[in-house]
Amino acid sequence: MFGELVDKFDDIFRTLRGAGKLSEKNIKDSLREVRRALLEADVNYKVVKEFVKSVEQSAVGEKVLKSIEPGQQIVKIVHDELIKVLGEKAVPLAPMDKAPTVYMLCGLQGSGKTTLSGKLALSAKRKNKKPLLVAADIYRPAAVKQLKVLGDSIGVEVFSLEGKKPPEICLEAKKYAEQNFIDLVILDTAGRLHIDEELMEELDQIKAKVDPDEMLLVADSMTGQDAVNLAEQFHQQLDLTGVALTKLDGDARGGAAISIRKVTGCPIKVVSIGEKLSDLEPFHPERMASRILGMGDIVTLVEKAQDSIDIEKAEKLEKKLRKNAFTLEDFYDQMQQLKKMGPLESLVGMIPGMGKALKGVQIDESGMRRVEAMIQSMTPYERRNPGMIDGSRKSRIAAGSGSSVQNVNLLLKQFFAMQKMIKNVNKFKIKGLPKGANPFQM
Amino acid sequence: MISKLKKLKQSLSKTRDNIFGKIGRIVTGRKIDDDLLDEIEEILLKSDIGVGATDKIIENLREEARAEKVVDSEEVFSLLKKEMAEILEKNKKKSLIENGFKPAVWLITGVNGTGKTTTVGKLARYFKANGKSVMIAACDTFRAAAVEQLGIWADRSGVDFIKAHTGADPAAVAFDAATAAKTRGVDFLIIDTAGRLHTKANLMEELKKIRRVTEKVIPSEHIFSKLIIDGTTGQNAVSQVKVFASAVGCDGLIVTKLDGTAKGGIMVAIAEELSVPVDFIGIGESIEDLQPFDADEYVEALFES
Repeated sequence: MFGELVDKFDDIFRTLRGAGKLSEKNIKDSLREVRRALLEADVNYKVVKEFVKSVEQSAVGEKVLKSIEPGQQIVKIVHDELIKVLGEKAVPLAPMDKAPTVYMLCGLQGSGKTTLSGKLALSAKRKNKKPLLVAADIYRPAAVKQLKVLGDSIGVEVFSLEGKKPPEICLEAKKYAEQNFIDLVILDTAGRLHIDEELMEELDQIKAKVDPDEMLLVADSMTGQDAVNLAEQFHQQLDLTGVALTKLDGDARGGAAISIRKVTGCPIKVVSIGEKLSDLEPFHPERMASRILGMGDIVTLVEKAQDSIDIEKAEKLEKKLRKNAFTLEDFYDQMQQLKKMGPLESLVGMIPGMGKALKGVQIDESGMRRVEAMIQSMTPYERRNPGMIDGSRKSRIAAGSGSSVQNVNLLLKQFFAMQKMIKNVNKFKIKGLPKGANPFQM
Repeated sequence: MISKLKKLKQSLSKTRDNIFGKIGRIVTGRKIDDDLLDEIEEILLKSDIGVGATDKIIENLREEARAEKVVDSEEVFSLLKKEMAEILEKNKKKSLIENGFKPAVWLITGVNGTGKTTTVGKLARYFKANGKSVMIAACDTFRAAAVEQLGIWADRSGVDFIKAHTGADPAAVAFDAATAAKTRGVDFLIIDTAGRLHTKANLMEELKKIRRVTEKVIPSEHIFSKLIIDGTTGQNAVSQVKVFASAVGCDGLIVTKLDGTAKGGIMVAIAEELSVPVDFIGIGESIEDLQPFDADEYVEALFES
């Protein structure tokens, strides 16, 4: 996420860091690079212009010229300005404090409204709320069916009416929700162009009829300069209350986020980062700004770890590690916990400094699956006592996991090396084993 | 042809008014100086042409001016047109319909939400209208109801339709479709695939497999990978083309959603950097709004004032 922009700034500030003190000229050079990087990241031209100007104003001041580490000063200034543009703090979606609360989704075709609807419904369900998905797209072939399949897959009711116009469908849905103790109504409207007056008018009618608590613009993070136009038009027509940014798991630099935030003044409330219905995250401006500047996103990483790691298991593991009793079973457990945190690529992207270091390196999750398969093909006894795995057992494990004996050997070799390492750590008595030292615990 | 041009102009009128119309106003009666070039730069950047291609166009304009080949700012206008058309045309290829292969397979790929399924429906209609027999295969077995959606398009244009249930192996569907297309002797087989972000290695592997398996039935040179690009996409489209091309090849682009206020300046950026032609553009919702791309016509429509 934002990876390429991070690289850009990395390059710029590396030269700045070596420059000693700032001169007017090298500020100018770096600002030109900042401008270029932002433009290449699809930040709108006007927004870039203003942004660069405000950075320049803060940077050319005495403070910077006197500072000892000008590079860091500039980093901080750009960072602060980015946060300012992205919104000072995270703004959550409207609370589901009345029944029914209504979220209305709108956006261009293919921006990801239907998928986002599913994600919102699932996240409401996880908070023990009862959501209702409303199929208000009567135009695209099979759109209603798509929502129904989606609803079925997460066990959420889908409301649809045949032969009715979207404003009526939405109104009926709200009535239905009132009578059936629904907490959250999610209106999945049809994708439309912001210049299609007739369809924009339809959104207006829906809004007037149901009075939504959240009016969300769903925008594709890959959008180019046009992000400004569409955001402006949707905002003008509908008075948006928030923005959802989708497909952020791609490698788009995501400048649209900055543009949309700037022209509508509406907070970006959620970001969608994957095709799985659970891949939804709140938007954190300060984290995003850090990410843009290559500072990594350690906060999200820690939060993810806290969410997915079982404290009890972790403590048990710590004890085992101290007693040199680490087995393949524990190793497998650790892998499962790591997997719960999400795709490895997105995790690595969050580690400060790693984005650059691992540029272009494809993380091979299939390798992890292979290891998993091999461990799964072992008996519990073998997992606890990997030392007794002999040739015949190895070929059985290889066959069972669709792997080869060489691979099993490799796995065992790596595992023994790891065991040895743990033994050494314990031997040198490095004052116990601090929690952070567990390589799997992050 | 005339009506087609008219429709194109109509569709692009927003851009013309907002962006390129401005060029006409700017250049009229002015001398070429840095300010003028800066303004042109702004206009190009705002249309997603990208920093690289914009720099190149501006540099060329500047050089021409310096060499005093261009004295009048009015000429900048036609020079700019020429420049853009040249970039867009450098990858142009032969006819899309008469290629002598039977069946010719069009493998339709792209990231999520670019309009692949809709485009497949429109392409089928286009080929059929040109007297070709068409079969379409629903290999998007991932997205809910994608198969149904394509089925409706197949009905609308009355073409053969090969499908499987949601969750089926898309490569297996492609294989069946290729076999059927060969047996029935159709002219075109269009394969719709699931949207996938080019950054997902496993999904790109799946796509490679679809092509590999199809090649077991159809010779590789009869298979054309087409990438669908959303016309509102910014510079990321360049990276999309690169990654899809390295996975399954990319013989041509189909740029959709050009009826909004975004006018696909990204096509210029792609053409500037890579050697992939634009085959079709989508300029409206209706089935005949998919048109073969013509660089001159496109640039003409953009600059018409």
